[in-house]
Amino acid sequence: MTKRFLSTVLAGLILSIILLMAPARADETFIIVQSTTSTQNSGLFDHILPVFTETSGIEVRVVAVGTGQAIKNAANGDGDVLLVHAQSAEEAFVEEGLGVERFDLMYNDFVIVGPSGDPAGIAGMTDASDALAMIAESGSTFASRGDDSGTHKKEQALWQEAGIDPAGSSGDWYLETGSGMGATLNTASAMGAYALTDRATWLAFANKGDLVIAVEGDARLFNQYGVILVNPERFAHVKAEEGQAFIDWLRSDEGQDAIGSYQLDGQQLFFPNAK
Amino acid sequence: MPDDGTVLTTTGSLAGAEVLPVCGRDLVVARDGRRLVDSANLALDQPGVTALMGPNGAGKSLLLRLLAGLIAPDQGAVTWAGTVPDRMRASRVGLVFHRPVMLRRTGLANVAFALKVAGIPRAQRHDRALEALASGGLEHLAASPARVLSGGEQQRLALVRALAPEPQALLLDEPTANLDPVSTLAIEELIVRSAKTGMRILLVTHDPAQAQRLADRIAFMHAGQVEAPVSADTFFNDPASARARAFIAGRLVL
Amino acid sequence: MDDLSGAFAQAFRLIVGFDPDLLEIVVLSLQVSLSAVILAGLIGLPAGAAVSVTRFPGRAVVIAVMNAMMGLPPVVAGLAVYLMLSRAGPLGDWGLLYTPSAMVIAQTVLVAPIIAALTRQAIEDLHGDYDEQLRAFGIGRSGMIATLLWEARVGLFTVLLAGFGRAVSEVGAVIMVGGNIDHVTRVMTTAIALETSKGALDLALGLGIVLLVIVLGVNALAGLLRMGVAGRAHA
Repeated sequence: MTKRFLSTVLAGLILSIILLMAPARADETFIIVQSTTSTQNSGLFDHILPVFTETSGIEVRVVAVGTGQAIKNAANGDGDVLLVHAQSAEEAFVEEGLGVERFDLMYNDFVIVGPSGDPAGIAGMTDASDALAMIAESGSTFASRGDDSGTHKKEQALWQEAGIDPAGSSGDWYLETGSGMGATLNTASAMGAYALTDRATWLAFANKGDLVIAVEGDARLFNQYGVILVNPERFAHVKAEEGQAFIDWLRSDEGQDAIGSYQLDGQQLFFPNAK
Repeated sequence: MPDDGTVLTTTGSLAGAEVLPVCGRDLVVARDGRRLVDSANLALDQPGVTALMGPNGAGKSLLLRLLAGLIAPDQGAVTWAGTVPDRMRASRVGLVFHRPVMLRRTGLANVAFALKVAGIPRAQRHDRALEALASGGLEHLAASPARVLSGGEQQRLALVRALAPEPQALLLDEPTANLDPVSTLAIEELIVRSAKTGMRILLVTHDPAQAQRLADRIAFMHAGQVEAPVSADTFFNDPASARARAFIAGRLVL
Repeated sequence: MDDLSGAFAQAFRLIVGFDPDLLEIVVLSLQVSLSAVILAGLIGLPAGAAVSVTRFPGRAVVIAVMNAMMGLPPVVAGLAVYLMLSRAGPLGDWGLLYTPSAMVIAQTVLVAPIIAALTRQAIEDLHGDYDEQLRAFGIGRSGMIATLLWEARVGLFTVLLAGFGRAVSEVGAVIMVGGNIDHVTRVMTTAIALETSKGALDLALGLGIVLLVIVLGVNALAGLLRMGVAGRAHA
């Protein structure tokens, strides 16, 4: 009897695999969007994607990784649309023929957060580079993404303008987490460190602990998001029509309104600026 | 349901699977420069029980494994009915070890397993396994898990399992060592009964009394070499060699 | 600690509330990991048994590699499978990346060596005891492997459970090849990783407790099943 019982269990399991493998929603069209954690973790996609899916019938599957990783994945053809925030890398992507055309989509801004005690004395400053210089000077702990993401690239540019190479102090007061924005903020929160973060992720972040915004409002902290259709001439499987429909909708009045209307704790996180 | 394409007779035995005589010629097995079996000759060419006797380390168990086709000799040849042993005929040469190896299933399933490997069709296995158990007086163990039986029961079951496919030759390696008198008697009865059917039996034993009870012939083995089999009477009363005489008198040391 | 009691409260709320999103994630986790364990078992059990009953040149190397593969980091397994399934990879045309199938493949790659290596160890001991008797019956190589696997079934059940534990608890491989897409490839571990990155630590820990409860439940079920098997075998 045991044998029969075992084979029944096994048969049930194998059946469940077959059901799993079967394309359960074969009739539904979907596109894959390579994007960043900031758009996902802030809840923006949860707000706007249902609206698009309802009007178009196209399901959007978001893979949320760092900008560097997202661009690499898209360069392998593993996605139909790229939605990230690192303008020069995006332009290079199009120039190499991997993408069709880059469109401005929306922006938010970066902020420098740090412990409320403010050991570097930068609270209220409006020059981000000067603030970083003071962090370096005081040897206050700074948590960096260190993962080639859009945020990391922005941070490196700011250090450069401050005339400081923090990599020399890596492991000392400069900590490269090599992970996403959330993990880096968790680190900063636990260690009382400063960090550069996009405002959307910061607002949605639930483990702030002692951290507060120290520096904001610098024009250089402007964070532009772009959207690109992966080149169907390069990758035949790219769902060009559906992908383009998504991009067109994002840039339409309806899409731009959806982006602008997303609020968290009464604050608008993303500002549509498609032309 | 036909099992693995083997040709079957109406009784379910393997057709044309002839293994007699079981024969070892000029067998040599050497390990680390020592000849454990040294130019040994032994043939099961007559019906009845042939006992293989000799001191520990004489190479008796090794010779038995050679004849069973489990080990290949370094020199010489084992033949079954004139050809080299092969897997398809293995069930025609029954084998019982000094320590029984029971499968983790019931007594009946252990016997049925041997029948399955021997190519007996599924439809016949259950009845034939029950018959085999009954012939050994083990019906009551049919549903018992084999691994928890007593040593004596396991060994009787092992013998019944070896007999179930109706082998032409049966090789027994000290089957009653460490068993109580009752189990020993039951096993000896089965051996005698099988021998009467014409089965060729080779019995490795240390026990002169057992050899006297069961053996038609006795071959003496010492230091890897086998003396020609002689009748039990001759062996005990007028041994051919000084070493055999010393062994019987309990004076032989290796 | 506040975080910890918050986590238990969250876990309780998640389980009692029977959130449909959570249910979907749990079901997918079980489907993916059980599928992977079955596939890995179909590969690893015979492979491990075959290595233990066969002698061939280079066998020691094969065993060493199998044992080393037990420590394969999930991220490496995930990366290897990503490179195979990526559109730029050799199997890109199958379009499996970012599907549950890809996750099953990655976990199979991760678990099959574990099952193979542990099976080899279990069968090798048994083989020493059974080899001569089984060959005396006239059994062939494949019959020998099948018989030894069945004889070792009680121990191998534990091996499969160990494989399941490894599969269901890893995150590095599934997040890379699955993409953690909501309602498509989000499983327990990737959901935990996501909530952690959002700083929602109590929710993440709550999900972790749910995962633990599910793994416990699967083990308890397997224990009952095994007791049934062992009861029949009595050894």
